[in-house]
Amino acid sequence: MHSVEIRDLDLSFGAIEVLKGLNLNIEDGEFLVLLGSSGCGKSTLLNCIAGLLEVTDGQIFIKDRNVTWEEPSDRGIGMVFQSYALYPQMTVEGNLSFGLKNARMSKDEIAKRVGRAAEILQIKPLLKRKPAALSGGQRQRVAIGRALVRDADVFLFDEPLSNLDAKLRADLRVEIKRLHQQLKNTIIYVTHDQVEALTLADRIAVMKGGQIQQLASPTEIYNRPGNRYVADFVGSPAMNFVEGLLIEDRFEARDQVLSIRDYPFAKQPGGLATMGIRPEHVATGAAAEALSFNTDVPVEVIEPMGSDTLAWTRLADEPFRVRLDGQTSIRPGDRLKIGIDLSKASFFDAETEVRL
Amino acid sequence: MVDLTSSPYAEGPRGPKPRRSFSRANIFLYGTLIVVSVYYLLPLYVMVVTSLKGMPEIRAGNIFSPPLEITFQPWVKAWAQACTGINCDGLSRGFWNSVKILIPSIVLSIAVASVNGYALARWKFKGSEVFFTILIVGAFIPYQTMLYPLVIILREIGLMGDLSGLVLVHTIFGMPILTLLFRNYFASIPEDLHKAARVDGAGFWSIYFRIMLPMSLPIFVVAIILQVTGIWNDFLFGVIYTKPETYPMTVQLNNIVNSVQGVKEYNVNMAATLLTGLVPLVIYFVSGKLFVRGIAAGAVKG
Amino acid sequence: MADLSSSHSPDGKRAQRPMSLFRNLPAKIASIPMILTALVVFVGGTAWTVVHSFTSSKLLPNTKFVGFDQYERLWTTRRWLVSIENLALYGMLSLIFTLVIGFTLAALLDRKIRGENVFRTIFLYPFALSFIVTGLAWQWILNPDLGIQHVVRGLGWESFTFNPLNDPDIVIYGILIAGLWQGTGLIMVIMLAGLRGIDEDIWKAARVDGIGTIKTYIVVIIPMMRPVFVTALVLIMSGIIKLYDLVVALTNGGPGIASEVPAKYVIQYMFRAQNLGQGFAASTMMLVSVAIILIPWAYLEFGGRKRG
Repeated sequence: MHSVEIRDLDLSFGAIEVLKGLNLNIEDGEFLVLLGSSGCGKSTLLNCIAGLLEVTDGQIFIKDRNVTWEEPSDRGIGMVFQSYALYPQMTVEGNLSFGLKNARMSKDEIAKRVGRAAEILQIKPLLKRKPAALSGGQRQRVAIGRALVRDADVFLFDEPLSNLDAKLRADLRVEIKRLHQQLKNTIIYVTHDQVEALTLADRIAVMKGGQIQQLASPTEIYNRPGNRYVADFVGSPAMNFVEGLLIEDRFEARDQVLSIRDYPFAKQPGGLATMGIRPEHVATGAAAEALSFNTDVPVEVIEPMGSDTLAWTRLADEPFRVRLDGQTSIRPGDRLKIGIDLSKASFFDAETEVRL
Repeated sequence: MVDLTSSPYAEGPRGPKPRRSFSRANIFLYGTLIVVSVYYLLPLYVMVVTSLKGMPEIRAGNIFSPPLEITFQPWVKAWAQACTGINCDGLSRGFWNSVKILIPSIVLSIAVASVNGYALARWKFKGSEVFFTILIVGAFIPYQTMLYPLVIILREIGLMGDLSGLVLVHTIFGMPILTLLFRNYFASIPEDLHKAARVDGAGFWSIYFRIMLPMSLPIFVVAIILQVTGIWNDFLFGVIYTKPETYPMTVQLNNIVNSVQGVKEYNVNMAATLLTGLVPLVIYFVSGKLFVRGIAAGAVKG
Repeated sequence: MADLSSSHSPDGKRAQRPMSLFRNLPAKIASIPMILTALVVFVGGTAWTVVHSFTSSKLLPNTKFVGFDQYERLWTTRRWLVSIENLALYGMLSLIFTLVIGFTLAALLDRKIRGENVFRTIFLYPFALSFIVTGLAWQWILNPDLGIQHVVRGLGWESFTFNPLNDPDIVIYGILIAGLWQGTGLIMVIMLAGLRGIDEDIWKAARVDGIGTIKTYIVVIIPMMRPVFVTALVLIMSGIIKLYDLVVALTNGGPGIASEVPAKYVIQYMFRAQNLGQGFAASTMMLVSVAIILIPWAYLEFGGRKRG
């Protein structure tokens, strides 16, 4: 059974098309992340699912019920917002129970649900406080609690961690994951942060220009990006790209020639192409020697980042990043031996940018 | 290490240390401000001292000199005995008329404009922006072109000359600025809050009363200040849409002071003028920053 | 409308898009007063007045159209010509002085002075007062027998003459003095808000570049405050067109007709002289002059933005 199903969804504001013919099925209990840069339509899609935006065309089903024109509160969803969106004049308890009161639920049931949510999120001592008296992390917990008390089938998270500082973000990320493992609700989670996407998701939908570029598991997205945009967007530091020509069994980029016999092409390749390889997948030193393709490159800039070091070099006249051990003693001006394992590389058509 | 003895740092900074507080620039600055302040304060001072003098002292002396003998008689006379035409019951009648106009006008205009601004900010419908644009453009149309049609409308609905007719007029002409004020304020409340309330099952009125109103106290105060001063100070609508028995205070004041009959009693006139100015002045001095915020908000309509 | 026939839902039901008129109904109900005001009073009322300015309406409005007769009469009436002349002169001077005084006071207050609140309160309080109160206060101060003229003469300067309210040649300056007293505080506050909105780093950069304070204001700050000046300009001008109560209180158009203004002319003909047609024609002229000022401004502000 699909938990959420989206069929041929279109949304436009006047002449501007924000979502175009979008289809998406989300399994029961799945943690789906909508990933993309700002303006890609990910939050718009979430708002459509919530019923906060009227779709232009297409249909939305939640638990096999057509909810396309239903009120947000009748859709069986709970939503968590980036800005927390806590009602400032109400206490934490008031915030948690506002929706239940609107649904005319009995006092006992409200108290039971609020108590349970407060327990799960460990915000019991905060119930009588106003949002202004809470820290950022506490506020976000209350915001999650507000979705929790609704006993919703589907939780919608709209960039819930973006307003928090780095450390708190990492802590809450783990908590959200733990919560999902405990409750097993369906979660649709919007973010522009690829680390959140990779760590949390069962599946990631990478979006751009109102369309889904790739829908796959985090490992698949990371290792086998479906097109150049996905390859470039996911991963930090970003993937290296080398433009070149595919001829028979080799890839030629300026003075460099690679044998491509080990790469599992979907179909017989040929013509202009882009090779992508992640900085952390570039082999160096002795490991490089063992590979069929290896070469010496000049080191231009070093960026030590503690746990590892990023070396900016040049391959086939294009900037090329290599991730090295944090303890390396390499310096600008040195030459670095690198090797490329084609099983870890990706090739994209130069024109369509689709994975080959 | 840098050898400090041979470096330019050893010499210390060049030129004299800038002097503070009594520099020539500061004397000029404060001097100008004080002279200008005198110009702004002068009329208030003159009104107050004049209203506390007796007529013989006014005729003999100088308008700037403080009263030799303080008398409150002019104030009493202005409030209770000053004449307009045949009525000699003082400005108190105009004062109470103004109060009777002011309170319903404020309640009605703010109720209408706040709900409307909220609808415009968060519940847009097809055409809502068009009507709003007409409303704002309309704020720039000279009142004179709408005065007579309103006379006809008020006559048709039987409110011409009635205080409630004037209340309606104030509600209509206060609408552009108040609607803009509330629309901008409600639009500045994070949209997520509105969305969260909708997910929580709250509708148009429930969100307005339960979520928006409790958060909007300051803007309501600003709107009230704006309306109190605006309506209290109005002369044009008062003179056109009411009749002598229901004249607001400004109209009655003008009639008292500028009447050509009888001997001019400047002390009574000034007491009456001060009485009329008292309500907005008290609002102004009490509200301080909010008043400034109100007129600044009013100013952004451009 | 969506093509629903091609899609089906698992439970066989099809959710319908709700009727568009009843969607968002409370918002539409809440907007009824605005819609009525905009359409009936603002659009309808203005159109009605413009249409009736071409009729021979006298005591009561009628629909006997007489072409531009009312306008011909208007532009040959001395009282109207004086009104227009007064408004032009008052408007120009008021615009210049209000901007200069308002900006200067704001700049002085922005120099991190002590007692800023006190000064601001003093400069702004007249704005809280009505034009009637303003006019009557200044009428008293400018009173020739007992006011400033009398006091200065009493100090020994026997020939001193300052009697604007009774001198047709300078009466408009008398009104200007009172008008500036009432209105400059508002512009000062707006300018001050504009100055406060300027990034502190601009001042630091100017100091590093060695640009003097006054030069920084003229070369850097004022150009940056263009939107604030535009707002102030629109505000001052719409105030000038409305000029009415102040004249009524201060001079009542006198001496003679020396300080008449268009708004007063309209009221005079509409409600006192029982000559509605003249009043409508005069108010239409006021509308036209507002349009002449506002349309180019609106075009520059909004039309230009759309074209990017």
